[in-house]
Amino acid sequence: MSLQLKNVTKTFHDSGQDAVRNVSLEIADGEFVCVVGKSGCGKSTLLNLIAGLEKPTSGEIRMDGAPVTGPGADRVVMFQEHALFPWLNVIQNVKFGMEIAGVPKQEQEEKAMKYLRLMQLEDYRDYAVHQLSGGMRQRVALARALTLDSRILLMDEPFSALDKQTSNRLRAELQDIWMKTRRTIFFITHSVEEAVYLADRVIVLSGGTDSVQDIVPIELERPRHVYDDAFVEYRRRILGEVQKEL
Amino acid sequence: MAENMQKENSKATKLLQQLLFLLGVVVLWQLLYFVGVDVLDIWKPYAMPSPAGVWKSLLRLVESGTLFAAIGNSLLRGMIGFLISVTAGVLLGFLMERFPFLHQNMRPFVMGIQTLPSVCWVPFSILWFGLSEQAIIFVVVMGSAFSIAIATDNAIHHVPPLYKKAALTMGATQQQIYRKVILHACLPELVSGLKQGWSFAWRALMSGEVMTTCIGLGQTLITGRNLADINQVMLVMIIIVLVGILIDQIFFRSLERRIYKKRGLA
Repeated sequence: MSLQLKNVTKTFHDSGQDAVRNVSLEIADGEFVCVVGKSGCGKSTLLNLIAGLEKPTSGEIRMDGAPVTGPGADRVVMFQEHALFPWLNVIQNVKFGMEIAGVPKQEQEEKAMKYLRLMQLEDYRDYAVHQLSGGMRQRVALARALTLDSRILLMDEPFSALDKQTSNRLRAELQDIWMKTRRTIFFITHSVEEAVYLADRVIVLSGGTDSVQDIVPIELERPRHVYDDAFVEYRRRILGEVQKEL
Repeated sequence: MAENMQKENSKATKLLQQLLFLLGVVVLWQLLYFVGVDVLDIWKPYAMPSPAGVWKSLLRLVESGTLFAAIGNSLLRGMIGFLISVTAGVLLGFLMERFPFLHQNMRPFVMGIQTLPSVCWVPFSILWFGLSEQAIIFVVVMGSAFSIAIATDNAIHHVPPLYKKAALTMGATQQQIYRKVILHACLPELVSGLKQGWSFAWRALMSGEVMTTCIGLGQTLITGRNLADINQVMLVMIIIVLVGILIDQIFFRSLERRIYKKRGLA
């Protein structure tokens, strides 16, 4: 058992952020979990709680049994905006987390190159961030996140700011990488198609008294194809859940 | 390629235009002097400088070595004052950003002092330090440190929260965030603030220098007044402007350009 949430609730006094109500959830090692829901259902808040960027109003979050008290490299986050540092070039950005952690220089170099190759970006190692396209920036951000070998990778709508074509290509790459590495991933998206494509389980959030409205296991072989009948069926079912008026 | 050449071309044209404009101003000025002083006798020659007179002053001051000594001394004094201002201002700005109490209560106070013309500090500086080097440097520091403090506070404050969040979730400590994220992220705005601080320091330096007898541009200007040599006064004013621009262009602009280019902001 990797990540455990028990009756987690988060309310805000000012209405800027969305509340999360009474979420209990367990995420196993190597599992790919996607969260969908209308905007305002608290998807991002839930991710921030797990990341330790927010503290729950009540309930508890445990990582391998130990309570989560703040942000840490065992729960690295990939954001909707790439969050790369513009004063560093590609390879320096990829090494950033390892440098923070005090990984030896030689190992930093090897690991950074390994993940840049995985993202097919090895030719861009010395490029400046502003020279890359939006899709390449997110791939660098993913490489940076992967170098940290975190217990869980938290992804907050990482492809939603990209154009449709790029975002489709990136999710195929992510599926590929997940099949090779079997990382534990907690992935937030507003695209039901993306969720069905990637997830072992899809969590549907809503604005009801309990935030979790439904949890749907996706029993499809990988690699998945969006036009398979079973895929379309899952998609229709979850879309219905998301759009259900309460 | 063609576009590049066109760019170069327009750059050269621009420069030529500026030079022509400048030449026009000088010619007009000499003409005005000729008509106003020599022909119509409206102005007295001791109250009106002329380009020819300024040129003669320049030759005289260069020959006697006064001019370069004055420029050198003023620059050195300005640098010392500016370095003290940067140290004190950056520290103060950092503290104001770090502690909400200071941000709320001290910042309005610092902003108020910053609006004070630096010449207002002259009486204090003379009482505390006499007519000395220290008195001038005091005026320079008071004239620029507070603007640098405000600029530092702003620069750190404007670092996108996303950078800090990203570093935090990669396991960075507060200290690492300051050293590896905030320091770099605030650099473009900080350098702009330092540049502005320098221009304040340079102005304050002149306010300070005119009151003492220490060798420098300000003192050379006052000597010109005491000798009723309006051309020398004018010459020193022009030199003050040129040195200010030169430091701005050579040091700060090139620093800014380097920082901006690396980030693709140029």
